[in-house]
Amino acid sequence: MSIDAGEFLQASVRTATPLAFAAYGELVAERSGVINLGLEGAMIAGAFGALVGAGAGGVGAGFAAAALAGCAAAAVMALVVLWLRADAVIAGTAVTLLALGLTGTLYRALYGAQGAALSVPTIAPAAVPGLSHLPLIGRALFEQPMMTYLLYVVAALLGWWMARTHAGLALRATGERPVAAFAAGISPVRVRAWALLFGGAMGGLAGGVLVLAQVGTFAEGMSAGRGFIAIAIVVLGRWSALGVAGAALLFGAASQLQYVFQSLGWPVPYQLFLALPYVLTLLVLAGTQRRAAAPAALGTALTEDAR
Amino acid sequence: MAGRTDARWVITAATVVVIILAVLGILMAGGYDTPRALAALWNGAFGSSYALFSATLVRATPLLFVGLAVGIAFRAGVLNIGAEGQLLAGAAAAVAVGLAMGGFPRVIALPLALGAGAMAGGAWAGIAGWLNLRFGVLEVISTLMLNFVAAYLVSWLVRGPLQEPTRVYPQTVELAPSVHLPTLIDGHRMHLGLVLAVVLAVGAWWFLTHTAAGFRVRAVGAGRDAARSAGGINLGRTTALVFLASGALAGLGGASEAMGVTFALYEGISPGYGYSAIAVALLARLHPLVIVLSALLFGALEAGAAAMQREANVPSVLASVVEALIVLGVLSFDHARARRRHA
Repeated sequence: MSIDAGEFLQASVRTATPLAFAAYGELVAERSGVINLGLEGAMIAGAFGALVGAGAGGVGAGFAAAALAGCAAAAVMALVVLWLRADAVIAGTAVTLLALGLTGTLYRALYGAQGAALSVPTIAPAAVPGLSHLPLIGRALFEQPMMTYLLYVVAALLGWWMARTHAGLALRATGERPVAAFAAGISPVRVRAWALLFGGAMGGLAGGVLVLAQVGTFAEGMSAGRGFIAIAIVVLGRWSALGVAGAALLFGAASQLQYVFQSLGWPVPYQLFLALPYVLTLLVLAGTQRRAAAPAALGTALTEDAR
Repeated sequence: MAGRTDARWVITAATVVVIILAVLGILMAGGYDTPRALAALWNGAFGSSYALFSATLVRATPLLFVGLAVGIAFRAGVLNIGAEGQLLAGAAAAVAVGLAMGGFPRVIALPLALGAGAMAGGAWAGIAGWLNLRFGVLEVISTLMLNFVAAYLVSWLVRGPLQEPTRVYPQTVELAPSVHLPTLIDGHRMHLGLVLAVVLAVGAWWFLTHTAAGFRVRAVGAGRDAARSAGGINLGRTTALVFLASGALAGLGGASEAMGVTFALYEGISPGYGYSAIAVALLARLHPLVIVLSALLFGALEAGAAAMQREANVPSVLASVVEALIVLGVLSFDHARARRRHA
């Protein structure tokens, strides 16, 4: 069987879409200085929210519930990190564990012990007239579910917003030098809280995309580490909106390669290709750390003189 | 001072009890047969010699290894969240060596396989340590990345070089009996790994409180700048030691699980022990001897939750909810205490 390059790219973009949603959420959180390991939790919460919402009110309600559920997970994170001043790494791990446990418990409680396969309506790809006929990239970029197009808009707006607006500047200042930001009249606590909530909503939408645009049902733990992959994508994308898009595509393509090899019948160990983006992320980090694309205050708690 | 320390442990224990009772209360509100669930939780964890020696203590063993790994790293301020990957590396190396050593007598094969596990775990964490010390890469990110690489490595090994000869199942053949960790009581699954883990817990406590290197580890954790300028401590050497020791402990946990419980390597060999480890270590406030107790508690919780599912139809993933709430409870409690001290 031969492989159609256009088809491969289309599948890569489809796989990359939920990753990119989560990664843009993580990008904003990290630009404010917080590494949000609770993103995986927001994503599974969003997936479960999408199931419940879509069951009650259709696809639109599903996405709304997904974003809300992701926000709820992020709110716990914000509360613990910003108000209780706990370590973000520990808090994020706890939030993820909590969300995985809660969604699993609720799913089995609401839909039966075996978690009978439950299917929800999904959104089909919608081709953009004209553009989808472009050679090679046409179907990849312009024959996707609506959420992918929404993603393009969000990515462009986010890039502009972070670089060109006062609020974007406040975000970056908080991630670079919270004390200086505070002195300039910005509230780093408030900035980080909003950044985490936005990140949670995006993580929730990522879960929603998984359920409502791809799988069509919920399974326990279906986020399967994608929230953590988003963190790798942000690093590989050098904390820029454009870079994140490229890195998400790379991760999407790497996970599609296994199907290419399988259908070609090549005995290539596809796991090595799956591992490759992570190794690449580490190499990029090692090679460019000194040039400091990372926010200077990334992973540091707010000190007393910054709140 | 002693009184205040005691009070802290009393309140921590009370927090755990309150959280478990609150979750059971929610179950009751949800229409579950709560008395039956509670009985199943207790019986599944401690109710019989089978529950204690073949469920609770077996589940507590890997949690103790990885809890110590995370505990010692966090004590030095090294945020190693890669115990999962280090455990997988250790399990893979122990199985690889164990398969090759099948014909050798136990006295040679066992230590070699365990040693391979410890070295592989240490090496896996060592990568993150090297990246941190040489290039300033945040260990939170690097250890997380390495978890994925380790998982894919195991996935490849059990479908490639180490796959069983019929090439049907993605797993290795069973290890020869000479590389099985012996059970401690006939007819029960509890194995030598538990003794090793407890000895290491005591060793870690001794190391931290009674040796100069242990003092340096604690000093670096208390404040890197002060440790360097006032204490004259070589930060790089101490940090490197912590990465290696932490990884070796997690790797041993993987070796112990593979050689004492699963007797083979496959993809799902760890149901996230490396992540639960953070809760285990944190509940014990990173104190190695208390980590023995918190690993026991979490082992009991998971064994009991499995019984609750069987007997009262309560979803066993509820154990994760309890674990997460315990961590959040400990964090809130510490916050309240810190505020009181400031006031």
